[in-house]
Amino acid sequence: MLKIENVSKRFGGIQAIREVSAYLKEGEVVGLIGPNGAGKTTLFNLISGFIKPDQGTIDFENRNITGLKPYKICRLGMTRTFQIVEPFKHLTVFENILVGALNKFDKYDVAADRVKEVIDLVGLARVYQRYGMDLNIVESKKLEIAKALSVQPRLLLLDEIMAGLNPTEVKQVTDLIMNLNKENISFLVIEHNMRAIMEISVRIIVLNYGEKIFEGFPSDIMHNKAVVDAYLGDETDA
Amino acid sequence: MYEIMGKRNRTNLFAILILGVILALLPLGIRKEFLISIFINIFLYAYLGQCWNILGGYAGYLSLGHTVFFGIGAYASSILFCSFGINPWLGMLSGAILAMLVGIVISYLSFRYGLRGIYFAMITLAFGVIFRVIFTNSEFLGGAQGVLIPLKAPSIAQFQFDGKLGFFYIGLLLVLMSLVITWFISRQKFGYNLLAIKDNEKASEALGIHTNRYKLLATCLSASLTALGGSFYAQYLMYISPETVFSLNLSIEIVLVVIVGGMGTLFGPVLGAFVLIPIGELTRALLKEGAMGMHVIVYGIILIIFCLLLPNGLIPTVQTLFRSRLVKDA
Repeated sequence: MLKIENVSKRFGGIQAIREVSAYLKEGEVVGLIGPNGAGKTTLFNLISGFIKPDQGTIDFENRNITGLKPYKICRLGMTRTFQIVEPFKHLTVFENILVGALNKFDKYDVAADRVKEVIDLVGLARVYQRYGMDLNIVESKKLEIAKALSVQPRLLLLDEIMAGLNPTEVKQVTDLIMNLNKENISFLVIEHNMRAIMEISVRIIVLNYGEKIFEGFPSDIMHNKAVVDAYLGDETDA
Repeated sequence: MYEIMGKRNRTNLFAILILGVILALLPLGIRKEFLISIFINIFLYAYLGQCWNILGGYAGYLSLGHTVFFGIGAYASSILFCSFGINPWLGMLSGAILAMLVGIVISYLSFRYGLRGIYFAMITLAFGVIFRVIFTNSEFLGGAQGVLIPLKAPSIAQFQFDGKLGFFYIGLLLVLMSLVITWFISRQKFGYNLLAIKDNEKASEALGIHTNRYKLLATCLSASLTALGGSFYAQYLMYISPETVFSLNLSIEIVLVVIVGGMGTLFGPVLGAFVLIPIGELTRALLKEGAMGMHVIVYGIILIIFCLLLPNGLIPTVQTLFRSRLVKDA
């Protein structure tokens, strides 16, 4: 479904992403982890079209999407959430979700139906009349997911959607992801919450200093020396 | 279960209708010419403010050069009428098309390079100045002298009237038209996309909005409607010059009207014009010749007051009061 080949991106003197290759099969939930500054969000920005890679190609559903604008990629069926939540502050929750739905479905009535569906799915029914700026962090995070769902993506990139949530709320979000996954939405998930990411991912990719240092099953990750070193520091460092 | 609010219902359309009827009946009670002319002035500013509001208030792109489009409209109908004898209504239409083309050029250049906020304001300001200089120095366009429109047989077909009442009603029609257009787009995908762009362009792109395209469309609509106002102004005063139709003051006054009333609101520009223009006229009447331009100083003071106390303008402030009460109750 998603194929990243040999992608690199440099910001001035910093090699943010170095020759990363990865793939995601339809129906998978793949985790993307790594220490702060490892390049996870940069990789998201590359995949979703917000920045262009210096080299390498990105394919989505056998179509080359390298360098396409975000709105085009969204229309092809892939969208994302933002690590720092980006609600439309002066629109209500309903309208926030409506924006995406209107661009997907054009007709107001169809779009409104989709909005109601998404509101119930994500659990924002209580606050659907509130403005984007009046939401607390949990509601904002849910709204991020809801906005992304409004366009009926087949692949959804979630950028630290669980940061700042308490365990109960994390449980709600992981359940939501699992349910959506059953309805054939694939996920690429950046997450610092290890327990959550282990639980939902079938595979995990680990980035460090812009390079892929590990890819494999969640169960193998704790025994991988490169990963442990990246998180806890090399023994020789001490 | 999900009650659809605000923008979707027809309350606002009825409000526009009622407003139209009340204003249309006004001349029955008001016989004084100067009061009618104040109303024409209010209508002109309300209309221009509403046109500006589409781009500035809804899409969040603050143009300080709307005189470009206003002036093009004024000159198109005047020159076509004076030099080629073309009917001013047709001239008005061609002005709108011309302004739209210029709008496409300006916005293509600006949006291609991702100009926004203060930079977009600056580039539009620059275009406003450029156009004034071009028109001042083009002899075939009347140069600095401007264009004097000769009086033919007054009739609706000629866009000329005995007295001011004709312009009162055409001005009112323009205002109502701009209100209905704004009402219409504000409940469409187009309007929602503009609001989304204003709030967050990044998130808009992620939801599949071709932001540059919508910004361009908003500019085109705003520009061509503004040009209609320019032609109206030219026909009303029968004299235009680069100094008046491309004046920086006018650009700023248009923005001011919307800021006072409330950017991105349906009735903001109308309310703003009804508040500001009478204040301006009053200052002018009270201070007479001794204090030329005093009304601009008064506008400046009003702008400062609004920036400090009511930065969102009158209508959103009232709405917020209601909303906070709602949230408290919930």
